[in-house]
Amino acid sequence: MATPAQNPESDVMISLRDLRVAYGEREILHGVSMDVQRGATLTILGGSGSGKSTLLRSLVGLEKPSSGEIWIRGKNIAAISNDDMDEIRRKMGMSFQSGALFGSMTVGENVALPLREHTRLEDSTIEIMTRLKLEQVGLAGFEDYYPAELSGGMKKRAAVARALSMDPEILFFDEPSAGLDPIIAAGIDQLILELKQAFHMTIIVVTHELASAFLIADQMVYIDKGQIIAKGTPAEMKANPLPRVRQFFDRVAEPEVEQEMDYLQMLTAEHHPPPKR
Amino acid sequence: MEFAVQIGRGVIDLLAYVGGLTRLSLEAGYYAFVSPFRGRPLRLDRAISQAMEVGVRALPVLSLITFFIGLILAMQGAYELRKFGAIHFVADAVAISMTRELGPLITAIVVIGRSGSAFAAELGTMKVNEEIDALETMAISPVQFLVTPKFLGMIMMLPCLTIWANFMGVLGGSLFGVWKADFSWVGYIHATLDALFLRDIMTGLVKSVMFGITITAVGCAEGLATGQGAESVGKSTTAAVVMSIFLVVIVDLVFTTLFFFLGGS
Repeated sequence: MATPAQNPESDVMISLRDLRVAYGEREILHGVSMDVQRGATLTILGGSGSGKSTLLRSLVGLEKPSSGEIWIRGKNIAAISNDDMDEIRRKMGMSFQSGALFGSMTVGENVALPLREHTRLEDSTIEIMTRLKLEQVGLAGFEDYYPAELSGGMKKRAAVARALSMDPEILFFDEPSAGLDPIIAAGIDQLILELKQAFHMTIIVVTHELASAFLIADQMVYIDKGQIIAKGTPAEMKANPLPRVRQFFDRVAEPEVEQEMDYLQMLTAEHHPPPKR
Repeated sequence: MEFAVQIGRGVIDLLAYVGGLTRLSLEAGYYAFVSPFRGRPLRLDRAISQAMEVGVRALPVLSLITFFIGLILAMQGAYELRKFGAIHFVADAVAISMTRELGPLITAIVVIGRSGSAFAAELGTMKVNEEIDALETMAISPVQFLVTPKFLGMIMMLPCLTIWANFMGVLGGSLFGVWKADFSWVGYIHATLDALFLRDIMTGLVKSVMFGITITAVGCAEGLATGQGAESVGKSTTAAVVMSIFLVVIVDLVFTTLFFFLGGS
């Protein structure tokens, strides 16, 4: 059965088919299927431990699925050679939650690194491109600073500049506004919107910040316990009647605690197996 | 029975661990010697800066330690030798035990303390900060980018450091020789040169290359295997030092045995 994403020319950029990911014995994602349109912004919502970060890590090839398919630009990255994966990764950019900038390099060297490794551009060209990318994220003039000298919001911006350096078609964000004050967080949202409008990139954002998710998304999915239980446009999601989704959107606390107790019990059960004798 | 099972499991774990180290070393070797011919140029600047860190910066402490070791060896040797009226053999004793055994071993242990631990801490911190993941998502192999230069730097520098350590050890021995064993400085050097064969020095250098590979592989493997949080960086660093010392001694044993049977001592 051919899915739309198997055709590289199709309008579906990313397509998941029954994706399952397990850490050892424990399965985190229990069969996730979804499509992302070219040029769309998708936000992946979900509570802590829901599996949304694992989903993102699978999409960029950092986790190998135990079964299922991940089609990106017409290739199933779940069954692909390392060279082909690297080819796809050059078309992807990822902004990590902590920024993950290399502490031993300046901001400029961080942004220039993919260009130096993957292209044969002259140093002067790379310098100009680096400056351009930094300007796009509002960090012009910071290329000689080290990451440790930047504030949290600036680190995130620098990480975005690095993710942009190879002019990716798909951009991934892991919790872009986590740990930032509301004004800086709004700035990051604005940056994502600008990138979307200016470059028509496909953007995938994992977040649990509701305001930000609704502002930037064309499509949303809600993940709970390793499964997508709701998907749709922001308007559709707002009207979604599912109790779990409502609870998340309305920030209802109490049942959540019960869930966490279940979760804790599940965790401790593994550490204290019932006595055998 | 239970005990035997545990020993068996320990041996299997160790073999699996060494297998992992071998794979990492081979992968680094591929990036150093094969892939440059397939259009991925080798960046020597990173290897050279590692060589500076591993080699040149280790010189002061290594010089001091091996100088004292040479002096100690001479005194210990003289203690026995003078009973036979053979105190002038102290130059031979120092020269042979430094070049064949202690030079490479002491150098390896100093380098484990300085660089093996640093490799594990550096890679471990990068792992915790998602920097290793970031490299992978940028289609840059962490082994190529981070591990290969460390291997190159180490393989370049450890034999050089060993030669220097041999020299400093002999210098330490000569201090005693001149002071207590009626040698002149020139006489001591002559006695040393007469005692040494090129083979003694070469076996030491072959060992030091193997030690370098072992130290780098363990340091990097422990760093890359770091879990989450700052605490696990500390654990990786400790594990890297302990495991490196253990494996260096094992490698030493294997090669000494090999040289013994190959060379008739």
